[in-house]
Amino acid sequence: MATSGAKRASRAEIRVWRAVLLTSFLGLWEAATRWGWVDRFFVSQPTELAAQLGEWIWTGFIFRHLLVTMKETLIGFVLGTVLGVAIGFIFAHWETLAHVFDPLMVALNAMPRVVLAPLFILWFGLGLLSKVVMVISLVFFVVFFSTFTGLREVDRDLVNNARILGASPRHLIRHVLLPSALTWIFASLRTSVGFALIGAVVGEYLGSHEGMGYVISYAESMFNATGVLAGLIVLMAAVMVIDVALKRLDVRFSYWKPTRW
Amino acid sequence: MAGPGRTGAIALERVTQRFPVPREDREFTAVQDVSLDVCAGEFVSIVGPSGCGKSTLLSLVAGLVPATSGRVTIDGQVVAGVNPRLGFVFQRDAIFPWKTVAQNVGLPLLFRGVNASSARPRVAEWIGRIGLTGFEHYHPYQLSGGMRKRVALAMTMVYEPEIVLMDEPFGALDVQTRNLMENDLLEIWAQLQRTVVFVTHDLEEAIALSDRIVVMTASPGRVKAVYPIDLPRPRSVTEIRFHPDFGRLYETIWKDLRDEVRVGYERSQKGLAG
Repeated sequence: MATSGAKRASRAEIRVWRAVLLTSFLGLWEAATRWGWVDRFFVSQPTELAAQLGEWIWTGFIFRHLLVTMKETLIGFVLGTVLGVAIGFIFAHWETLAHVFDPLMVALNAMPRVVLAPLFILWFGLGLLSKVVMVISLVFFVVFFSTFTGLREVDRDLVNNARILGASPRHLIRHVLLPSALTWIFASLRTSVGFALIGAVVGEYLGSHEGMGYVISYAESMFNATGVLAGLIVLMAAVMVIDVALKRLDVRFSYWKPTRW
Repeated sequence: MAGPGRTGAIALERVTQRFPVPREDREFTAVQDVSLDVCAGEFVSIVGPSGCGKSTLLSLVAGLVPATSGRVTIDGQVVAGVNPRLGFVFQRDAIFPWKTVAQNVGLPLLFRGVNASSARPRVAEWIGRIGLTGFEHYHPYQLSGGMRKRVALAMTMVYEPEIVLMDEPFGALDVQTRNLMENDLLEIWAQLQRTVVFVTHDLEEAIALSDRIVVMTASPGRVKAVYPIDLPRPRSVTEIRFHPDFGRLYETIWKDLRDEVRVGYERSQKGLAG
């Protein structure tokens, strides 16, 4: 029996609504292009997209490029995260250092990294390295700022209590600071995964001979709207899969929090 | 009662503590010229209006902050830095939300390098003493306020510190839970015979628990008066209130405290207006 007056839709209901929304969107799109309300050349067509995706999967063409993009994303993401957490810890521990570097960090973060991509390609070449650097430059700041904030928000009483209970600096990191900052770090990871993929794709888009960015860029140069959109759908699917994985990991580390659902 | 050769005696000698006021070019004097001796095994309460530096005194004894001037000694040794021989029960329960009841209670032993096999029975014993057997694997968010306070108490007691500092530990609890906890505390104290310094703004609580009561003045905090509480022990906090001397003590100390509370209140009102 419902305890509150407000009725909440069940999970099944929510799923049904999502499906309805998606099908009507695709249906409308298909109809609009089929009956000539909008030009198929510019917006493509769901059936055409499906055919393109099917062909990519059938021939295995897309997996090679997706794998390249994922490799760049993953390497950059892991390195950027490790670097962000590490520097976040160092700056939170040595406050003077944080004060000295504060303007630099803010300035670097304000710089539009996407515009830097051509420079990275110039410095690090057309291959993997320039994309990884690009991803790191995007992921690092997100993770760094949230780690730093997370560590500053740590309950002072908890830190003092741990010190009185006999915690060494290592104990303090392991049992107090890290668990308490993890909430913030995880929140930032889900944002930075999106950034990581953007970094890799933009890097590929601007200069590369493989990867999803290259596929999209190539389709664009052929005025092939279907190719561009199909590439985007593949990327979207990839991000959603990663997000689900991260959500699971977050739940795994948040066992001590009251569940909100 | 305190006997010779026992450890856990605290001495404050003309201790002053000032803090810089952020964004203002002045200092705030939290406590001024406080001298106080607490014997080993004694239960002393500190009462005073809010903002009189009661909590600051505890932080000084714990070594969390250094005194601006004067000195704090424990068994004759000057306090310099956090002292792991004492325990601190915070106003808000400073237990670790990502650890279970058993992990929380065992944490100080882990920090102190006690191996798991000898820690386990001690943890189990203390969880039993605070009446949380069966809740070992619960996380703090699943516990009531009173239960969390018990975990905090067990976490402090499990390593048997010589001195226990308590900063309004039961302030946030309802009256019934509070009385139960106070009785538990008295029982534990009677068994372990540790020094307790207990900060509260509740005079009744202070009288019911203590050997002596220190009344502080409104900010800057100074010692206004010290009262011995010669009520019989063992006490029950719910019943000791009906003792004929209880009312007399309450009246005497309250007269002292009342003026300070009024000064503190007027100042806080002015602060709000200004």
